[in-house]
Amino acid sequence: MTTSADRAPLDEQIAQWRLYLRRRRAIHGPDVEELEGHLRDQMAVLTEAGLAGDEAFLIAVKRMGSLDALSREFAREYSERLWKQLVIAPEAGGELGKSTRTETLVVLSLAVAAAVAIKAPALFGLQLGGGDEPFYARNASLFVLPPLAAYFAWKRGVAVVTCAWLVLPFAAAAVVANIFPFGTGSDTEALTALHLPIALWLVVGVAYVGGGWFASGGRMDFVRFSGELFIYYVLIALGGGVLTAFTMMMFNAIDINAAWLAEGWLIPCGAMGAVIVGSWLVEAKQSVVENMAPVLTRLFTPLFTVVLLAFLGTMAWTGSPINLKREVLIAFDLLLVLVVGLVLYAASARDPQAPPDFFDRLQLLLVVSALVVDALALAAIVARISEFGFTPNRVAALGENLILLVNLTWSAWLYARFLRGRGSFAVLEQWQIAYLPVYSVWAAFVVVFFPLVFDYR
Amino acid sequence: MDFGKDLVAASATPLVLAILAEGDSYGYALIKRVTELSGGHLQWTDGMLYPVLHRLERHGLVAAKWGASESGRRRKYYRITKEGRAQLALQRQQWQVVNSTLRGIWMKACTA
Repeated sequence: MTTSADRAPLDEQIAQWRLYLRRRRAIHGPDVEELEGHLRDQMAVLTEAGLAGDEAFLIAVKRMGSLDALSREFAREYSERLWKQLVIAPEAGGELGKSTRTETLVVLSLAVAAAVAIKAPALFGLQLGGGDEPFYARNASLFVLPPLAAYFAWKRGVAVVTCAWLVLPFAAAAVVANIFPFGTGSDTEALTALHLPIALWLVVGVAYVGGGWFASGGRMDFVRFSGELFIYYVLIALGGGVLTAFTMMMFNAIDINAAWLAEGWLIPCGAMGAVIVGSWLVEAKQSVVENMAPVLTRLFTPLFTVVLLAFLGTMAWTGSPINLKREVLIAFDLLLVLVVGLVLYAASARDPQAPPDFFDRLQLLLVVSALVVDALALAAIVARISEFGFTPNRVAALGENLILLVNLTWSAWLYARFLRGRGSFAVLEQWQIAYLPVYSVWAAFVVVFFPLVFDYR
Repeated sequence: MDFGKDLVAASATPLVLAILAEGDSYGYALIKRVTELSGGHLQWTDGMLYPVLHRLERHGLVAAKWGASESGRRRKYYRITKEGRAQLALQRQQWQVVNSTLRGIWMKACTA
């Protein structure tokens, strides 16, 4: 029935299907071959019965069942594969094995590159732990984020032109962070160190979605990635802590002080390399294992709601005002960021079609209590500014609080609408996603203009 | 007829073993045989057969070997092992107990 002319595109379709199957980490090369054999047998019978080639293909694929369900079954049967896959290239060679090995090599070289980057300034006399900490604090993100962006650019096959555009912000950041003559221990310098990573994280995001920042879906994936990376990073850091402790202990036992090894090499190089390796782990396992961030979100949303309500209650009862030291301001901003994060991750894991449930009401309560806390902090900052004038810290805190206030207010409004059945959840998700670049743009603004405006104070 | 997931999963092992007891076979032929034997009532999602086969292989109930198909492509053939036959005999007894129990209830329901 099939002529060779219409078999060629059919072979292409089968090749595509095979490719989809191969991406599932739980299904290995020989299994793919077996499944493809099945698909071809089925198609042969169907074409024999009079179906056209592409019709036979469609039916055969449909009968095979959903790939998600299939890979889940395989994952259940071969749970050991999932972890082995992360560290060892699969023993059955072929294309897949090769690309996994190449990726391992790329990741390891980039991790080493990040480690080298943080050690390189030492060659020029800038010692970590020798009074040059401000230099390292300003540049920390510049050691590790370019390799990370390079990894994603490589992985996603980003076009050369886009790569050039990705290099630009990093180069600009390197210039800005290093040519400003910051005063010793100045606030603007601390602000630069804090805000530069946030600004550059957007660039990593662009690399992560393969340059298509405005394509739908990509940004939410990047949000999920960021959360997972954070969790992996913490886990790796815990392991690193244990390694460091044992290193110190063992060398101490033979009366050699290994502090220089731990502080000068193990910790800084590990901290840099772990970002790359953690990202790779997140990339490698994302298709198989249930993501962790949404689970933590479910766990901590009620707890944070209780804490926020307790805080507000106590404040109302005692009437103590918010104390405005820099650490307190940062802590409050972080708290609000965390609430926004909880909303964001709850949104990322939620089925937009599902009707409102108890958890959504809890989310609204969390958002509203965070709003009240935010408004209180904002009032305290404004009062402080009107009394003592502008300082870089106060203005930075003011800006961040305003940005979060806008986000939380609109989120609360959308949540309320959703709970009353007047709007869909998808709108809330879109709002959160659309708002993401605002944080980075503000951070970039702080990095570039604050030192100039406040005269490097 | 729509069979529940659990029932399909539970019946898959004895069905696969019983068909392999008739002679060596491969994935696609197994599915065809199941459809045939059940008169088309039992329709498996094709892909789901393979994790089952691989599990049986891991437990040593079947053995697999790569051979060639009629068209010359590589194909994985499955053969029942001695342990597989023992397991089949055991499952057969168990299913007969289930079968006769249900039959007993339904007969009573009919005569009552």
